[in-house]
Amino acid sequence: MTTTPAGTPRLTPLHDVHRALGASFTDFAGWQMPVRYASETAEHRAVRTRAGLFDLTHMGEIELTGPGAGAALDHALVSRPSAIGVGRARYSMICAEDGGIIDDLVVYRLAEEHYLVVANASNVAVVAPELAARAHGYDVEVRDTSADWALLAVQGPASAEILAGLTDLHVPDLRYYAIDAGTVAGVDVLLARTGYTGEDGFEVYCRPSEAAAVWAALSDAGEPRGLVPAGLACRDTLRLEAGMPLYGHELDRETTPFEANLGRVVVLDKPEGFVGDAALARRKEEGPQRVLVGLVASGRRSPRAGYPVHDPATGAEVGVVTSGSPSPTLEKPIAMAYVPPALAEPGTRLAVSLRGTLEDAEVVALPFYSRPR
Amino acid sequence: MTNPTNLQYTAEHEWVALDGDLAKVGVTAYAADALGDVVYVDLPQLGATVTAGESCGELESTKSVSDLYAPVTGEIVEVNDAVDADPSLVNSDPFGAGWLFVVKVSAPGDLIDAAAYEALTSQ
Repeated sequence: MTTTPAGTPRLTPLHDVHRALGASFTDFAGWQMPVRYASETAEHRAVRTRAGLFDLTHMGEIELTGPGAGAALDHALVSRPSAIGVGRARYSMICAEDGGIIDDLVVYRLAEEHYLVVANASNVAVVAPELAARAHGYDVEVRDTSADWALLAVQGPASAEILAGLTDLHVPDLRYYAIDAGTVAGVDVLLARTGYTGEDGFEVYCRPSEAAAVWAALSDAGEPRGLVPAGLACRDTLRLEAGMPLYGHELDRETTPFEANLGRVVVLDKPEGFVGDAALARRKEEGPQRVLVGLVASGRRSPRAGYPVHDPATGAEVGVVTSGSPSPTLEKPIAMAYVPPALAEPGTRLAVSLRGTLEDAEVVALPFYSRPR
Repeated sequence: MTNPTNLQYTAEHEWVALDGDLAKVGVTAYAADALGDVVYVDLPQLGATVTAGESCGELESTKSVSDLYAPVTGEIVEVNDAVDADPSLVNSDPFGAGWLFVVKVSAPGDLIDAAAYEALTSQ
């Protein structure tokens, strides 16, 4: 059921904690990661209604320090990190010269001359040297510090209350997409109000040697408020319901931000330009040939990544599913897919080929789920 | 997890309870655990003929779709409607209420005992 590539899988500093909790593991980008502890559906619902605790230590961290850090990132990424306020974060992407997405990233500005770039586990080995190469000529030091950081996430409506009792930071002052240095359970951390679940939540960056202590404190404080340990299986269904892309599914080298409905991230008029700007300007001008849509299937079976999408009017294959799963919140099968712009309007009737059988599916606006505010 | 010794098993993770020429079939706790939360079961039709070792349905979980293999050859004489209505029975009680179908056996399949199945899944 799982695949193990050559070489020994990497273990997070919380591996023994996960084993003791009875986790099932999966290989993810060379890491042994907890996929679920008991039921992924129950974990999903806990995050939507109370809170879940995730180990995300596999994520990659790259730090840029120096007076040229902002300018280097403006040149390397599609957005304008130099305009991020200190203590704030922005979603961004690194694209190739041809506009294809190399990775999607969260960029935190920790200090005037210090940025933390968080890359996908599967891409950090590519992104870190690429950032270093693109920073050449700027007064900045680029370091892959992935091994220096453990990452825990507390996600769900109860998470602010859980953190409030453990940190020296004033949680209500930490806005969405903000980050600050402080302590959690007495341990030095970076506390960010970010996540990948569609809920309010926090990401806690700490030293690997202190991860178990932070996990234990969050567990103990969270348990009375309904917090459960949560694995990567529910993380995937949570982000899918929230309409968030996953690299390797919705995003890849063949896709530009415009197909993925993420054109808003691209700042084309940066005075100094950036890697991929010419290709991206052209793509914006031409308009995308395919766009990402949400689908709700009418039957009980789920569209899955790679399944063909058909136009029922002609029977022609017109697109492909990128992610799909039963939605625990909607209690219906949901999916994201690339289709031609002419078939992308919400309400459009399409069909997905489910292992040979065409099943009706309707285009719906993304996200499938927005948290009540 | 313990595999009942009164059952027989397949390498595809089905269990079989033989009673005369009737074989009640389900999937093992090991399979249910590996699948994750089962959300849909596609069972063979009543009266259909299934062939040992061939796919006769599907189990769909949150994360994946897996073929269901017929452990024996014969005619489907009963299907578990309860598991169709509530697929989570496959996870909560794989050897009991989560049974899938009953075959009137016309030819046996490649079955192994609990000890052999245990050895297979502990590799």
